[in-house]
Amino acid sequence: MSKSPEFPTILAVTGWATAATVAAFVFASTGQKAAEPAPVVKPAETAAAPAPEPAPAPAPAPEPAAAVAEAEPAPAAPTAEPAAAATPVSLADITPLGLGRPALPEEIEAWDVAVLPDGTGLPVGSGDVETGNEVFGEKCAACHGDFAEGIDSWPVLAGGAGSLTDPRPVKTIGSYWPYLSTVFDYVHRSMPFGEAQTLSVDETYAITAFLLYSNGIVEDDFVLSNENFTSIVMPNAEGFYVDDRPVTEYPLFSGEPCMENCRTAAPQVTKRAVDLNVTPLDPDGKPAGTLPVITLAATGTATDPATPEAAPATETATAPEATAEPAPVELAEATPAPAEPVAEPVATGDAGDAALIAEGEKVFRKCASCHKVGEGAKNGVGPVLNGIVGAPMARVEGFAYSASLADMGAKGGVWDAAALQAFLENPKGYVKGTKMSFAGLKKPEERDAVIAYLGTLKGP
Amino acid sequence: MTDEPVTSRRAFLAGTAAAGAGLAASAAGAQTPDPLITEVQEWASVFGDPVDATPYGMPIEFESHVVRRNVEWLTESTASSINFTPIHALEGTITPQGCAFERHHSGAISLSKQDYRLMINGLVERPLVFTFDDLLRFPRQITTAFCECAANGGMEWGGAQLEGCQFTQGMIHNMEYTGVMLRDLQAEAGVKPEGKWIYVEGADASSNGRSIPLEKALDDVMVAFFANGEALRKEHGYPVRLVVPGWEGNMWVKWLRRIAVYDQAVESREETSKYTDLMPDGRARKWTWVMDAKSVITSPSPQAPIRHGKGPLVITGLAWSGHGKITRVDVSVDGGNTWTPARLTGDVKSKALTRFHHDMVWDGSEMFIMSRAVDETGYVQPTKQALREIRGLNNVYHNNGIQVWWVRADGEVENVEIA
Repeated sequence: MSKSPEFPTILAVTGWATAATVAAFVFASTGQKAAEPAPVVKPAETAAAPAPEPAPAPAPAPEPAAAVAEAEPAPAAPTAEPAAAATPVSLADITPLGLGRPALPEEIEAWDVAVLPDGTGLPVGSGDVETGNEVFGEKCAACHGDFAEGIDSWPVLAGGAGSLTDPRPVKTIGSYWPYLSTVFDYVHRSMPFGEAQTLSVDETYAITAFLLYSNGIVEDDFVLSNENFTSIVMPNAEGFYVDDRPVTEYPLFSGEPCMENCRTAAPQVTKRAVDLNVTPLDPDGKPAGTLPVITLAATGTATDPATPEAAPATETATAPEATAEPAPVELAEATPAPAEPVAEPVATGDAGDAALIAEGEKVFRKCASCHKVGEGAKNGVGPVLNGIVGAPMARVEGFAYSASLADMGAKGGVWDAAALQAFLENPKGYVKGTKMSFAGLKKPEERDAVIAYLGTLKGP
Repeated sequence: MTDEPVTSRRAFLAGTAAAGAGLAASAAGAQTPDPLITEVQEWASVFGDPVDATPYGMPIEFESHVVRRNVEWLTESTASSINFTPIHALEGTITPQGCAFERHHSGAISLSKQDYRLMINGLVERPLVFTFDDLLRFPRQITTAFCECAANGGMEWGGAQLEGCQFTQGMIHNMEYTGVMLRDLQAEAGVKPEGKWIYVEGADASSNGRSIPLEKALDDVMVAFFANGEALRKEHGYPVRLVVPGWEGNMWVKWLRRIAVYDQAVESREETSKYTDLMPDGRARKWTWVMDAKSVITSPSPQAPIRHGKGPLVITGLAWSGHGKITRVDVSVDGGNTWTPARLTGDVKSKALTRFHHDMVWDGSEMFIMSRAVDETGYVQPTKQALREIRGLNNVYHNNGIQVWWVRADGEVENVEIA
């Protein structure tokens, strides 16, 4: 199965993406509207009232995008001097209420971290490739790989040059991203995943420099700084153009459509989703969420076979398997959270434990991008943690532990509370050479909570 | 016992007949009295739940299948992932918040009204900070709008892949929002003459941010705090999200914390490396914000097969356009040879979901059913193949092609493509 690293990089299932022979529908009258350029002028209504209803888009309502097709800079520009009746909303028509308070410089500095292609917003600092390599190895490589090649289906950040016309394009920083500012901005504000906004400015420069190096854009002695930042031109800088659908698509799709005798031959099936078999299924093998059978009107039978709590004991033959074992997909769902998953840990302890466990579950979110838990969990970047408390170290089958942790396991090491405390406080201090890039939980109460939570997870 | 239109169901019921369970009377007429009618049922004799049994009610247990669903293999982490609205099980046009699809980039955060702050800065006359309480003092507006992920249908770009409109078209919801217009907030801060764009970003760990041309921002963009009459749910951006009618869902920033005015687009990750449309020549379209007209039949569909046999059949579905109102939806049951305008049921609102119904008598033979939306600009929803001829196979986003369902003689429904 092709997993996508970060939705929605997509979704390719191999093989079948061949040029289909589906017949395009014939438009009975072709081309009548084709010559009309997409109108640029906003319709009149918006200007009529100072505070019009939010979305009364009148008749042909071209979006600003329509205006941009030819002009490079910006959608806002073309309508600067429209006909009198088509003036866009002007702030001058609105009387301020005097609400809000002035934003302080310190507040703006804290929140406004955006960096733009022309260097606007770039903080003073620098970082070199070698440092970037180290920081990346420590904080990013667990998902993105030591060489930014991407582990499992996490995003590939390097390579892919020349692949954009391939059947499986590899869209990386080097092959696709048009601006270096985007790399700096994103790494600085959103990475590492699950520990955002923990990288210093210099670390961010260093990582950015390393990513340039990984993509063959700079040499290994390169130092990136706010001084030379805007001199870097990304390989795919010219690879983008503004939405041209108003010109290239809308005229084609605006004829009066055919209503009768539109086909020349009977329809033939060319692709069937069932052949791919990638849809989540209910226990009865139907697509997940298939509506229950209500024509079986017997009391209690009109329930979802996939829903254990909805199936009374006197059920018909449609329900038992479902009751016994809900489909794995159910676990991943954001269902309205029925009693079960929550009730279990709570029942094992007093109220204090329950609160601690609940807190631990929250803390565990920092771990969850790499460690899976619960029924059906599989090894990810890190091993499955079911039953970890009290278990021998390096015991999970199929996970490639670091040599040092494997060694500790071979010597009889056990993940008791003390060991977990020490490891979680300082992973690299406790297990020299651990693959876990996580910096650790510095707060004792967080460690207590997460260990309490891990204690509720039954072993494999 | 009564006649049962789908006789194969009898086997399932063999064990329950003794327990007093009966079959619903069919049009063919009852031969034995239905115990659901002739016997006093428990619910007709004793109390039901008292008031306050559920101070905030959840759907009854019989509707427990009507939930969002994830497709696990799509993403590595559910903290940065998406799930799908069960549109096959819903009617009307408003999507309940509790089953409206979620898309998070770093998980849904808990941000209280007390801790909420909104900053407006950049090329403005007066950089400002608002509290939630401040927002409540601006004039409120109401708008209904669909929110569709740009990747809705993306998995279907290369061919039929997933069984069910929840998975193929379910990255969409439609809510009635109450909030304040962004222009009214912006008027407090003012905009310097060189300001042409706003940039909006969220308070979560991803701080997902997007650039929006000032003209759109001051037109119909809303800073919303109520949806469907109640506070936004956590997963929809409580306490404040952006509503950008007609434009791709990624721009509807949740947990909105900052609006900044610039003279250029920020070119953030989500508007360069993602949400851009790779074309066959290796170049990519950017700023493809508007969601073009689209429709889908929600029932029958793979998760909503026909179980009543031949005879009267209700075909229903949803249509929408980011360019304005839906003016017509045509339905075909013969693979696109013949098309019939469906009824547009209820109010048709601009940039909001429109419900259509097509009532017919099914003869029990197999059908290829399809719907085709037309909007007020005259745009006609194209086939997937027509889109591919322009955009190739690596486009991913903005797939508004016509969906074909293959209804089999037994009433089961498959996702297919036809030639």
